Amino acid sequence: MSTTVKTPISTDDAAHPPKLNYLTNGHSLRSWLLTEDHKRIAILYLISVSFFFMLGGAFAGMIRWELTSPAGNFLESDTYNRVFTAHGAIMVFLFLLVAVPAVLGNFLVPLMIGARDLAFPRINLLSWYLYTAAGTLILISVVSGGVDAGWTFYTPYSSLYSNSNVSLCLVGVFLGGFSSITTGVNFIATVHRMRAPGMTWFRLPLFVWANYATGIIMMLGTPVVAITLLCVIFERTFQLPIFSPELGGDPILFQHMFWFYSHPAVYIMVLPSFGVISEVISAFSRKRVFGYHFVAFSSLAIAFLGFLVWGHHMFVSSQSMYQGVAFSLITFLLAVPSAIKIFNWTATMAKGNIHLNSPMIYAIGFMGLFLIGGLTGLFLAAMGLDVHLTATYFIVAHFHYVMVGGTVMGFMAGLHFWWPKMTGRLFNDNIAKWNAVVVFLGFNLTFFPQFISGWMGMPRRYHYYYFAPEYQIYNILSTMGATVLGVGFVVPVIYLIKSLFTGEKSGDNPWGAHGLEWQTTSPPPTENFYYSPIVTDDVYDYDPVAEHEASRELGARGH
Amino acid sequence: MAAHGHADSPVKFQYEDIDQQNDTYVIGMWAFMVTEIMFFGGLFLIYTLYRMNYQGDWWKAHEHLSWQMGGINTLNLLVSSMLMALAVRSAQLKERMKVIGLLSMVVGCGALFMIIKYFEYSSKIADRLYPGPNFTLDPTVLHGANLDHAQLFYGLYFGMTGLHGVHVVVGMILISMLIKFWWQRKKVVTEDYIPTELIGLYWHFVDIVWIFLYPLFYLMPKPYSVIGGH
Amino acid sequence: MNLANYPFSPPAASNFAGEMDLLFYSILGMSVVFAVITFAYVIFYAIKYRAGSSADRSSPVYENMKLELIWIGVPTVLAIGFFIWGAKVYADVRIPPKGAKEIYVVGKQWMWHIQHPNGVRENNTLHVPVDTDIKLTMIAQDVIHAFYIPAFRVQFMVVPGRYTQMWFRPTVVGKYHLFCNMYCGTQHSEMGGSVIVMSKRDYAEWLSNNGEMRQNLSPTQAGEKLFNKIGCGNCHGPVDLPPRSPSLMGLYGKTREADNGQRYIADESYIRESILRPGEKMLKGYSNTMPVYDKQLSEEEVMALMAYIKAGALPSLPAKNMAAGVPGTEAQVNGKAGLNSNALEFTSERADATATSRGNDLSVGAMAAEKGDQKR
Repeated sequence: MSTTVKTPISTDDAAHPPKLNYLTNGHSLRSWLLTEDHKRIAILYLISVSFFFMLGGAFAGMIRWELTSPAGNFLESDTYNRVFTAHGAIMVFLFLLVAVPAVLGNFLVPLMIGARDLAFPRINLLSWYLYTAAGTLILISVVSGGVDAGWTFYTPYSSLYSNSNVSLCLVGVFLGGFSSITTGVNFIATVHRMRAPGMTWFRLPLFVWANYATGIIMMLGTPVVAITLLCVIFERTFQLPIFSPELGGDPILFQHMFWFYSHPAVYIMVLPSFGVISEVISAFSRKRVFGYHFVAFSSLAIAFLGFLVWGHHMFVSSQSMYQGVAFSLITFLLAVPSAIKIFNWTATMAKGNIHLNSPMIYAIGFMGLFLIGGLTGLFLAAMGLDVHLTATYFIVAHFHYVMVGGTVMGFMAGLHFWWPKMTGRLFNDNIAKWNAVVVFLGFNLTFFPQFISGWMGMPRRYHYYYFAPEYQIYNILSTMGATVLGVGFVVPVIYLIKSLFTGEKSGDNPWGAHGLEWQTTSPPPTENFYYSPIVTDDVYDYDPVAEHEASRELGARGH
Repeated sequence: MAAHGHADSPVKFQYEDIDQQNDTYVIGMWAFMVTEIMFFGGLFLIYTLYRMNYQGDWWKAHEHLSWQMGGINTLNLLVSSMLMALAVRSAQLKERMKVIGLLSMVVGCGALFMIIKYFEYSSKIADRLYPGPNFTLDPTVLHGANLDHAQLFYGLYFGMTGLHGVHVVVGMILISMLIKFWWQRKKVVTEDYIPTELIGLYWHFVDIVWIFLYPLFYLMPKPYSVIGGH
Repeated sequence: MNLANYPFSPPAASNFAGEMDLLFYSILGMSVVFAVITFAYVIFYAIKYRAGSSADRSSPVYENMKLELIWIGVPTVLAIGFFIWGAKVYADVRIPPKGAKEIYVVGKQWMWHIQHPNGVRENNTLHVPVDTDIKLTMIAQDVIHAFYIPAFRVQFMVVPGRYTQMWFRPTVVGKYHLFCNMYCGTQHSEMGGSVIVMSKRDYAEWLSNNGEMRQNLSPTQAGEKLFNKIGCGNCHGPVDLPPRSPSLMGLYGKTREADNGQRYIADESYIRESILRPGEKMLKGYSNTMPVYDKQLSEEEVMALMAYIKAGALPSLPAKNMAAGVPGTEAQVNGKAGLNSNALEFTSERADATATSRGNDLSVGAMAAEKGDQKR
């Protein structure tokens, strides 16, 4: 346990009575909308991302509904194309890139390193406003006629041929990019300079390492896609030709520049979730993460190698064979650091003291689903095989396994784990546990059949498939699963919100976990700690044998 | 040691002391510079690829740019960077009037840059060298370059120098704010020179981008394909 | 439940299929092994070391360099192995052999134009001979498309502004799906058709006969084929659509009123004249937009058309012969047989319907018709 020195942070103790936490410290709308408190900003983000997740999910529901029948029943093709674009753009730009780092990262990184806030709190607030502006513009573009270019916006369709609200949507994405960039700068500066005394690099929780690596990617990759999309906007609006073959431009150049960001972007989406899983597995096994150094460095390795593999999205785009070979090799090597994490987490559980509360169920589910998703990535990294599988439902299944089975499960695990810390309330863990199982099962039923239909050749972004009705059975299974999955995502909203009103007060450390964030109150005060933390012990300083007794007591309390 | 928590202390509440704050600000600023490099980098990449492919036509198209006006602007920005560096030195020495004077001259250089740019752009637009359906077909203006490749060239010219111009204007606004704070003797700038230095860093970056843009657009060497009379 | 109705792998019909399938199932095998081992350990630990269990937790391990190096080393070796294999397959796919038969493909929104070396053209269908190396040289006219034949395990992007190439050697005679596999706009999912692999002899006959199989067809059958081929069904559907086109079904013997007030009986001569010079006895309530076929068709062809219309102008069951030529009009009639009526309106009545999209609408119907059974 780290010792705390009794030096009050604020010079005026009476101004901060123990009852005042970050939630109660000011009730006006202004105190929320102009807050500089990273925790309040995290809550603002939580509300926004939840809204966009539900919206993106509704569009997914429409897609799955439509695909049960080969001839399509409810939507015109133009509408269907707008629906899948909306689903992709909203989920990628307004949820996946943002949820874990901006909600959990913002809330927890300062707490975990013993700081009072992030390095640049006002930039943090700006980041949320940029995100909100991005979301508003994308939402407007979707409801005022829609965008039909696909979330990947390949040229020349997006730059010259689509007559939908492409430019408006891209301005939104551009702003969202700057939200991401500012968050990245904030995280990097914070982790470098704001650690409490005694919090050395190798005492940092793995969640902090993960967000640090994510911050690097946000900073280096996002500006490239920003300028690329700006070029597409200029091409549409001012006829500035960059990617138009008619004028000597190169449409494949767009793909290179787009994927140069968008591949590292998927690591922005998944690395923070890796961090969450490290924390959850460690806490609920009451054991330090196995091979801490390897897990920490694997995050950096993923961030670095992730920038060198973009061409694996372009094996059939007429890029040269030799380029492809380089991309394929590095993609295979990139699988190794992720594998390291999975093995290390498994080994963490050995000789631990395992509590199967809802965060742990989500974390175990993550391991299973991400493992499958990652392994299917190997099929695609094998360039010869990718020639058959690219742009089919195999790809769709692969990225949903890693994004939903990975990122979203990680987000859910983290949300459940730190919900008591963020709100001071306990939710009904029994319902949450079973719901996690429902999500796991529903997810598999939704996306596993898509591996099969993809291997069989069903192309993605297809509205009709009636000349190939052999795909129908898999689509029907997938839609059945999606229904279950949808329920699994709605139920948490209910019990989590209910916990705000009727949940038992959680106390500082309901799970008995280690980490500086658990040393302060739940919810924390605005300045995070009443006393300056000084760290003297190692991270994840669990003792599973001794915890055996404590956990028996925890079990008796009905958790 | 400056105690944080006082309302007008330059040390923000999340920092222990001024050193930690300054160190963090410096890291933040450099991190931001890296993102700017990546941002402009994308355009430089596009430029490089197309210039490799269309060397001859691009050389011909570039002939219509005025290297003299661009050259004046280059000297202008170099001088402004020197003035900026002197302003940072004066900030370290807490010489308030000198800082205000030097920073004002930097803003003046920036304004001169934008004025010369205005004349350049006007003349290009008057010659209909603006990409789009109205792009000129006049061979004397294009100097014999292929129409499509010339449009690509001018598209990138306006795009890259335009984006740079936006950054110049932003820099001018930031420096004006800095002048205002020095004038009002705000502690955040008078007690510590780091804010002045960081904005100086931004201005140097703006200058460096132009140092790359100028030779790439205005000072192209004649390629062999043109010399050889292709 | 007949499992044969629920296949889970595509037909293997090209030279690449064997090796690709082997690679796929090998990676699958390795993946299953890794997944099963990992899941087994996770579940085993979750049970054995669950809170409250009496398992031995003494001397827990927090790091083990040897173990780390093993589970870094083994995946790396396997990764490099599969990389080499995948790269080899890719090189085979990308490098066409010398002497491959060249076929040209143009992709545009939303159909494929295919041209064989001797000039035979086809739309949305590709006829190829079996056991012959085929090289496609492709280009797009507008946006990026992709030519994808799952049964052959190959696809490649079709890009505007440059040629791209793809090759394969079909190994099994049959009919296989052809899909556009790069999102290209409204009718992306309808921009497909079939690849028909024929025996070499059949292909030679098909090619020399201008893309038809020599067959003895009755005048009515020949008329139907011609009706489809020159696109009469573009306008003449099952219902009257004033002012554009009247239906021709059940026309023979009816009385028609021309716009000059005169009445005619739709007999053989009337039909012939309406094909050759449609403006002369312009039907009342319709505008003169039909192309003139005078001097465009031989008398034999007109006679075939006339026979078909006389027989009622009803579409027959999907053609069982190999010459699935230019798509026909089955779509609109099949609207009655159960094809989504949305597709019917959607394909023909839009204000912005162009020749292109109408052309594709036909392929929609043709594909549906070829399949024969429409579930609704």
